[in-house]
Amino acid sequence: MTNILLAILFLPILSAAAITLFTLRRPTVSAGISIGSCCLTFILSVLLYRGAVSQGLPLEISFTWLSVGALSVELGFLVDRLSLLMLLVVTGIGSLIHIYSRGYMQGDPSNSRYFAGLSIFMFSMTGIILANNLLMIFVFWEMVGLSSYLLIGFWMTKPSAADAGKKAFLCNRIGDTGFLLGIIILWGTLGTLGFSQINSLLAANPAALGSWTTLVGLLLFCGVVGKSAQFPLHVWLPDAMEGPTPVSALIHAATMVAAGVYLLARAFAIFSLPAAWPESLAWFNFSALEAVAFTGALTALLAALIAVQQNDIKRILAYSTLSQLGYMVMAVGIAYPVAGMYHLTTHAFFKALLFLGAGSVIVALHHEQNIWKMGGLLKRMPITFFTFLVGTLALCGVPPLSGFFSKDAIIAQAFSKSTCLGTISVGVAFLTTFYMGRLFFVAFMGKARSQSAEKSQETPPVMTYPLILLAIAAVFAGFWNVDTWMMRHYGLEPESAGWFAKLLYPFEHAPMAALLSLAAVACGAVLAYKLYYNAKQDVLPSQLGSVARWLKDKFYLDELYENTLIWCQDKFALVCDKFDRWIIGGALVGTVYHGVELIGRLWRLSQTGSVQTYAAIFVFGFVVLAYWVVNW
Amino acid sequence: METFESFLTIGLGHYLTVSVILFCLGVLGLLTRRNLIVVYMSLELMLNAANLALVAFSYFNKSLDGQVVVMLVVTIAAAEVAVGLALIVSLARKKLPVWVNDLNKLKY
Repeated sequence: MTNILLAILFLPILSAAAITLFTLRRPTVSAGISIGSCCLTFILSVLLYRGAVSQGLPLEISFTWLSVGALSVELGFLVDRLSLLMLLVVTGIGSLIHIYSRGYMQGDPSNSRYFAGLSIFMFSMTGIILANNLLMIFVFWEMVGLSSYLLIGFWMTKPSAADAGKKAFLCNRIGDTGFLLGIIILWGTLGTLGFSQINSLLAANPAALGSWTTLVGLLLFCGVVGKSAQFPLHVWLPDAMEGPTPVSALIHAATMVAAGVYLLARAFAIFSLPAAWPESLAWFNFSALEAVAFTGALTALLAALIAVQQNDIKRILAYSTLSQLGYMVMAVGIAYPVAGMYHLTTHAFFKALLFLGAGSVIVALHHEQNIWKMGGLLKRMPITFFTFLVGTLALCGVPPLSGFFSKDAIIAQAFSKSTCLGTISVGVAFLTTFYMGRLFFVAFMGKARSQSAEKSQETPPVMTYPLILLAIAAVFAGFWNVDTWMMRHYGLEPESAGWFAKLLYPFEHAPMAALLSLAAVACGAVLAYKLYYNAKQDVLPSQLGSVARWLKDKFYLDELYENTLIWCQDKFALVCDKFDRWIIGGALVGTVYHGVELIGRLWRLSQTGSVQTYAAIFVFGFVVLAYWVVNW
Repeated sequence: METFESFLTIGLGHYLTVSVILFCLGVLGLLTRRNLIVVYMSLELMLNAANLALVAFSYFNKSLDGQVVVMLVVTIAAAEVAVGLALIVSLARKKLPVWVNDLNKLKY
């Protein structure tokens, strides 16, 4: 078992090392190594799943990595239901996307670098999943940030891609600062960072963190806000679409951005503690979970609104990802991480599918990303068309596709917690259907809107087969008992049910929520059909005026950051620069330097170079000395 | 009368006076002469002035310690002259001046 775990973790990094060291000039071999290692990891994960289930869960294996004083840092694996689910999702979808990449990146001169980057990412992501303590998660957390940076800026000669990479890195850095502080406080108060120790400590004494409780939760949540691109740090994710499309599918839709939700589910014991603030901050008086829930809801709503007025196919999907991540975070926030992980799983399938479908269209249209230049793809690209349709329906939450079940679980729970959150989540479901309908009607239906769309052809099988497989998963993932699996993880006893009962379950369990979300989907679809079927251009800007402009320009948040935070930082940097240059460099260092130099210049005059002068001075000195010795 | 006699009888004071005079001549030569060889000779003069003082002390103290030191000084002086003369010869071979005031390359 340990060997399998080590193989799962280290195979991808070995393949990355092999590619960068030996096969940089042989793209085919590099792709083979990378795809092979990823598929092998998936097979090993399945083996691990079977082995772990027969052996009994959870399974924990750890080695001491380094110990300094009382601090002992462990490199350990925690195999439980949560990590097994995430591992299967990541390696499974990862394998498909690796294979798809072979087709998408065909002919790119830096093919090998691309696959090395993907392998590094797979290594870091499995590290996060398998980690049994927060510090190890943090290390791999930074490494996924690195691989994300490398892959967003993959086409680094394009300034926008390079900038997007930097932006992603900086936004993550802000979040991770909070994350690290949280880890330090947690270690300071509990003295351990292992999840099982933390869970047992907190179960024995919920007040173990004292007045730090909520603060620790919020600081850990900072890391989530950065990595899962929640408001206000969400700005990096849409820009990250500058990277190759498979990267967007793998990292910025299905797996890495979901790592935040995974962390929330992993450390749920910390977040779910009742509110406790230090004396001086007591007036805040909200719990960490409430903050999580409202951040998620706000992100979901904001991103869905922005998505309505975007025209770049990948950007629409990026905002959709943000919005769905908001759902997941909200699900954890309303104390139901089961639904969060459920939605994470189904979303990983259908959003990867949507991104890969978009990639297929982009390739067929020679890197055209504007939906208003697509259209009429049913005849020309049938496989992409139908798989994308499946993805769209799953994302909108049409029963019996997977998205319906997971989204319904969240909406039902949201209504049972607070009407406000429930209403927001139904509203977001409406917006989701509307913008996805807009995307689908404009980009795929109707007549071809440009020459490249008229001449488009279906992409090669290496790209379409992953689409088909993902479409199958997107349809049936709702029947794979992900929810009952996760319920058992959190010690809840699910009702066992056949697949038909499963289909009816949402309507029996919380009929109001299920019917409301279906109504929202229907409204959204009808509205999108009315407005965009066979539409020549977008009618919303003329009808909504400035509202549409605000949506299109993302509520001017980027500009706001630019003019406040970045402006302040620039000015501060300017002041620091002047201080360094004039006060430190000029006044302090300058005085010392010039003083020494002046004295040296004076003393130098005594160095005449004539031996006799030196001798004369020596004699004079001797005489003075002799006189002093004799006469005192 | 007594003072006159003691003035005529050669004692330690006389030796030391000669020694000091020789030493001062040596210093004067060292500081004022421009020719390297003469400077070297002045240096030797200073060493020998010291030798004279040591020998005189040795004689009047009835002890051989001073003589031993003199032997040492003579040896060192010989070695030093060997090095110094070698330098002077090599300067001359390079057709460089042997005038002290022209040799000021030690200047900063």
